[in-house]
Amino acid sequence: MSEPAVKVEAFHHHDEEGTRLGFWLFLFTELLLFGAFFIVYGVYRTAHLNDFKIAAESLNTGIGTTNTIILLASSLTMVLSLNAMKAGRVKLAKSMLLFTMALGTTFLVIKGFEWNAKFAHHLFLQTSAAIAEGKGSPLLTPGPDMLPDGQVLFYGLYFIMTGTHALHIIIGVVWMGIVYFWISKGSINPDNAGVLERCGLYWHLVDVIWIFLFPLYYLVA
Amino acid sequence: METANSTNYLNSHTGSRWTSGFMSWITSTDHKRIGIMYGFTMFSFFFLAVWIGFIIKLQKFYPAASGWEIIPVEWYGSYFTLHSVIMIFLFIVPGAPAVLGNFFLPLQIGAKDVAFPRVNLLSYWLYLFGAIMAVVGILLGGADTGWTFTPPYSVTTRTISMFGTQFDSVSWMLTAAFILGWGTILTGINFIITIHRMRTKGMGYFKMPLFSWSIYAASWIQVLATPVVGISLLMIVLERMMPVGFFDPNKGGDPILFQHLFWIYSHPAVYVMILPSMGLVSEIIPTNSQKPIFGYKSIAIASCSIAGVGYLIWAHHMFASGMSDVASIIFSFLTFFVAIPTAIKVFNWIATLYKASISLTPPMLFALGFVFNFSIGGLTGMFLGSLSTDIHLHDTDFIVAHFHYTMFGGAAFGIIGGIFHYFPKMFGKMYSHKLANATFGFMFTGFNALFIPMFILGFYGMPRRYHTYPDIPLFTNLQQASTIGSWILVTGVMLMFITWIHGLLKGKQSSEENPWNSSTLEWQTASPPTLYNFEKDPVITRHPYDYDAFRTEVKAGTSKGARDE
Repeated sequence: MSEPAVKVEAFHHHDEEGTRLGFWLFLFTELLLFGAFFIVYGVYRTAHLNDFKIAAESLNTGIGTTNTIILLASSLTMVLSLNAMKAGRVKLAKSMLLFTMALGTTFLVIKGFEWNAKFAHHLFLQTSAAIAEGKGSPLLTPGPDMLPDGQVLFYGLYFIMTGTHALHIIIGVVWMGIVYFWISKGSINPDNAGVLERCGLYWHLVDVIWIFLFPLYYLVA
Repeated sequence: METANSTNYLNSHTGSRWTSGFMSWITSTDHKRIGIMYGFTMFSFFFLAVWIGFIIKLQKFYPAASGWEIIPVEWYGSYFTLHSVIMIFLFIVPGAPAVLGNFFLPLQIGAKDVAFPRVNLLSYWLYLFGAIMAVVGILLGGADTGWTFTPPYSVTTRTISMFGTQFDSVSWMLTAAFILGWGTILTGINFIITIHRMRTKGMGYFKMPLFSWSIYAASWIQVLATPVVGISLLMIVLERMMPVGFFDPNKGGDPILFQHLFWIYSHPAVYVMILPSMGLVSEIIPTNSQKPIFGYKSIAIASCSIAGVGYLIWAHHMFASGMSDVASIIFSFLTFFVAIPTAIKVFNWIATLYKASISLTPPMLFALGFVFNFSIGGLTGMFLGSLSTDIHLHDTDFIVAHFHYTMFGGAAFGIIGGIFHYFPKMFGKMYSHKLANATFGFMFTGFNALFIPMFILGFYGMPRRYHTYPDIPLFTNLQQASTIGSWILVTGVMLMFITWIHGLLKGKQSSEENPWNSSTLEWQTASPPTLYNFEKDPVITRHPYDYDAFRTEVKAGTSKGARDE
């Protein structure tokens, strides 16, 4: 070890199929993560059936449906973007990707309005410290106006599951922004579209999770 | 033939702009450097947790009536939580896969690196960040939930540290466990893809060495089980922060649901701990017997079936928790199935020893110690898997002894044996065999002296997690025997560190490629390995444990020839 340290070129191993396989495995772990949420939802829905039905009545099915259509449309534009890229039509791919980002953002804006309406009806989660200062929701924190346990669980799960989903939407939109930048720079191109494809796969997964959230919260009331 | 002064992973590296010093390690994407970094970090935590365990046993030396109090009663929970969280999350789960798996999986299958070297480095950073967060969290706040975080206690406990500060230690630890979990998942994905896509020419699935097979099985468990526990732990954090009673029965929640979600991960996770050690034993035993391992395919398949069956038996941790009787009977029945592939492995190891020319090298001693300890651990597991005896033994010292026999006497002995086995390959130096043999002697004697009394104590009703015990001669005598055992064990562990440090600093420099005369691929390259592991991509023509063919190759001077074709 007396020799001077040597710097050697990093090991460049590019295996598109291996990367794709690894990414599918990653997506599967995301699915399992939400799977635990769905199990908890299923157990408490069974245990507090009436409360869950009453609470679900308060969710706006119209808004939920609109958001579902928006997300499904965004999955379509994502696929169109990838197809355009593979066909060599880089400009079309870029505009379709922008379109997808716009739809994802619209979903978030609508979700924000929906949550705001809930907050206006005193339905929100607060930290224990804020509750101690009297800033908690009277409906969801211990007190004379508190809703039955089942409804509190419903709203708690609703905010946390849709919140986790919204977090995934944000990550997806940011990632698409990065991909857009790389397409502009030319490092993602028709011969090397793997990143765009994986971004699309991720986006479809987020979409699929919503497809399950939507009926469980909005439709089975 | 490489010389000790040539380019190897210790004096040169890839993937970062720093060429030497600390930064060149912490930013290196070389799988060998990452493995060494994991090893250094993990064994530092192990050192700390061993001493915590030593203090816990010292507390039990005299019964309550004597006024003996090493640990104040209100902190006893924090002590065993610190011991268990470090040992489980920071040492034994990442243990063999992260240290020896990172280092030797690519070498064993003839690859240049893992499939995603940068993701591999990210895993290490996640591990380091989560580990520091967990240890700082518990030291500042003194969490006392144990490593299982069972609600409603984990939701209601408000912790105060020995400095008198209030600090939400439990939430910190849960978040740390979540972060550590993602490190584990990414490592698992990395290894699975490496095995599927990067085996060298001629390396069919059934020509992989058995350590690679066990890493493969363990990786699938890491990928498929960790996300569930991750999100369940986060739900406890949310429940502590906000008043939604996900798992609090007073608020309509179901604490048993948490136990299900927790053990769905944490039972398979015990096979993440033990499988790679079984793989290491499957390397050490044929090497030191100089003959093919008995039933190669059955060991490989047993690894995978242990991983598979391991998924279906989680609720045997919950026989006393108020689960339905039907579920208990089914889970008890399924639990016995996992004993079958495990026993197959033990029989195969013993059969390999039959009529072999055995050399009792230090790694071999640890491998034999593994088989002995693990058999005791496995068989006492059968007592706990049967419903009626479990009701009697549940939450007693019997359980503590059982899982230490599998996790320490089994998994940790395997890892330590593995490090003694691979030490000369990793560093190009040989440690002192005298010190290593003494290490084994102290560890094996101390370990058994420590935990055999705990089986008996538990059988007579000594509960686990208790600060002290009544002054009954049977209890006092056994507790004292057990504590004396812990002194011998700690001496052994300290000797182990001394042996390694002495080996690193003063060890005989040797560029000998294959000091144990092993036939598997990872030994057929320079010690320490060159940057990309092999000078030329190796080509595999024979079975990994075909010692007859290997001896012919050595005689003909072509043991490395297979890869020069």
